Amino acid sequence: MNEILDILDKDARTTPEQIAIMLGRSTEDVKAAINKMENDKIILGYKPLVNREKIEDDLVCALIELKVTPSAGEGFDSIASRIYCYEQVRNLYLMSGAYDLAVFVEGRNIKEVALFVSEHLAQMDSILSTSTHFMLKTYKREGVIFENIKGDTRELMV
Amino acid sequence: MDYEKILSPVVTAIPPSGIRKLFNVVNEMEDVVSLGVGEPDFNTPQSIKNAGIRSLELGYTHYTANAGIKELREEITVYLNRKYNLSYDSEDVFVTVGGSEAIDAALRTVVVPGDEVLIPEPSFVCYKPLTALAGGVPVPIVTKEEDNFRLTKQQLESAITPKTKALILPYPNNPTGAVMSKKDLEAIAEVIRGTNIIIISDEIYSELNYTPEGHTSIIEIEGMKERTILINGFSKTFAMTGWRLGYACGPKEIIQPMIKVHQFAIMSSPTTSQYAAVEALRSCDNEVNVMKNEYNMRRRLMLAGLRSMGLSCFEPLGAFYLFPNITKTGFSSDEFCERLLKEERVAVVSGNAFGVSGEGFIRCSYAYSVTNINKALERIGRFVKKYI
Ligand SMILES: Cc1ncc(COP(=O)(O)O)c(C=O)c1O
Repeated sequence: MNEILDILDKDARTTPEQIAIMLGRSTEDVKAAINKMENDKIILGYKPLVNREKIEDDLVCALIELKVTPSAGEGFDSIASRIYCYEQVRNLYLMSGAYDLAVFVEGRNIKEVALFVSEHLAQMDSILSTSTHFMLKTYKREGVIFENIKGDTRELMV
Repeated sequence: MDYEKILSPVVTAIPPSGIRKLFNVVNEMEDVVSLGVGEPDFNTPQSIKNAGIRSLELGYTHYTANAGIKELREEITVYLNRKYNLSYDSEDVFVTVGGSEAIDAALRTVVVPGDEVLIPEPSFVCYKPLTALAGGVPVPIVTKEEDNFRLTKQQLESAITPKTKALILPYPNNPTGAVMSKKDLEAIAEVIRGTNIIIISDEIYSELNYTPEGHTSIIEIEGMKERTILINGFSKTFAMTGWRLGYACGPKEIIQPMIKVHQFAIMSSPTTSQYAAVEALRSCDNEVNVMKNEYNMRRRLMLAGLRSMGLSCFEPLGAFYLFPNITKTGFSSDEFCERLLKEERVAVVSGNAFGVSGEGFIRCSYAYSVTNINKALERIGRFVKKYI
């Protein structure tokens, strides 16, 4: 990654002014670089990293492994685009190995997710099989550990 | 029992740490943002941890040779050569319980009761008490903000007396962040060359030097190797404070007697840490660089932040501290720290913890995440604005 992305990756709220100071560059320079990355769709958004287990609207999340028949000419892209257009689908990856697509789906409860799989995914003609795994607990996401957050344990001041 | 009569007056005379007092208050408060600690926020790189774990699995749980395992001593000589162009034999090196023990052993080995030990201040808290415990007389040399807290030739010259036994050279410096360039060191060497003074060079922050030239060891300066005890360690460079490992290098004639002190007080340094340290020296340049770059970014950020509040702050080029001058607020260092903690819940360390000459300053550590630093700057800014 480049230096600016490294900084934003640690805290996306760091301002262009602050980044400029940290890197010994001009603010204009940093603003332009960020702007370019946004235009080039290198930076696609800025979001908080939320520990969902701590808020009311705790959603269920499942990983669905899909085996699919790639379509002639378009490979997996065409089926993928039919899947990612659903807002319930949070992440979608093409995988190597025992299955083809990893779909991360969110719903209000298990039933809702199960219905989504049976009514939408399983119905698509190129899908050969589905295997649904509900996620029970988040330990780490985006490089951040979610449990046992001890805070600063350093005890000595000198 | 009359404990006062029992205790050694030398120990009784050592003032209690003022830092501890504030720290206890901090522990009882909620939502405190600290810039207080003097150790890396990074964790020890994984490969170093693995090497330590592996050594345990292999059953390396015994004492080592007093001087430390040969593999590590050899690796230290290779490292010092690679980094700073120094040539030591593994017999001129021994492994200690942190730089702290090496400083203690050095002072106990060379100081004869009544000897004077020159200590540039502000500086790390241990030099004075350890000198006193060794029977020596600590002689502070006040370094100045306008000299960028470097030790100057004139200051050194006027501090030397016939009783001067040793000079502590604490650069890169805690708490000021000052560094000494090759030229600065040459000026010091000029004064020392004609004397019998021993230099105890505490270079524990050697890898955290943000100048383009990087760190220069006093050992590199003509004629200094024969009279210098070089102190370094793993705490700061490799984020290994809890492993308690450092080392001393010097002429055999001094190192061998130092090992006697170590042998009877310590036996040998932690075995697990020694095996981990071999890995650190061999293959962690990349991790060290990543940490250094990160410190450097935070250094610039915090320096700009403090200056924009109207505080004067010299640009430190080493270690991970800033040492802003807070006299404009009208508070003493202690008052500033207490009020800042009470009014804005930010913990910093009073400059006078590092010697009387630290009065008028505070030490802010940037061994903290950018998020934490920004939060602290915002609060300090609000506080300072009320008073200047
Ligand atoms: C200047 C200086 N020297 C020595 C030490 C001691 O470090 P350690 O005993 O962990 O090697 C410290 C620790 O803060 C320091 O700041």
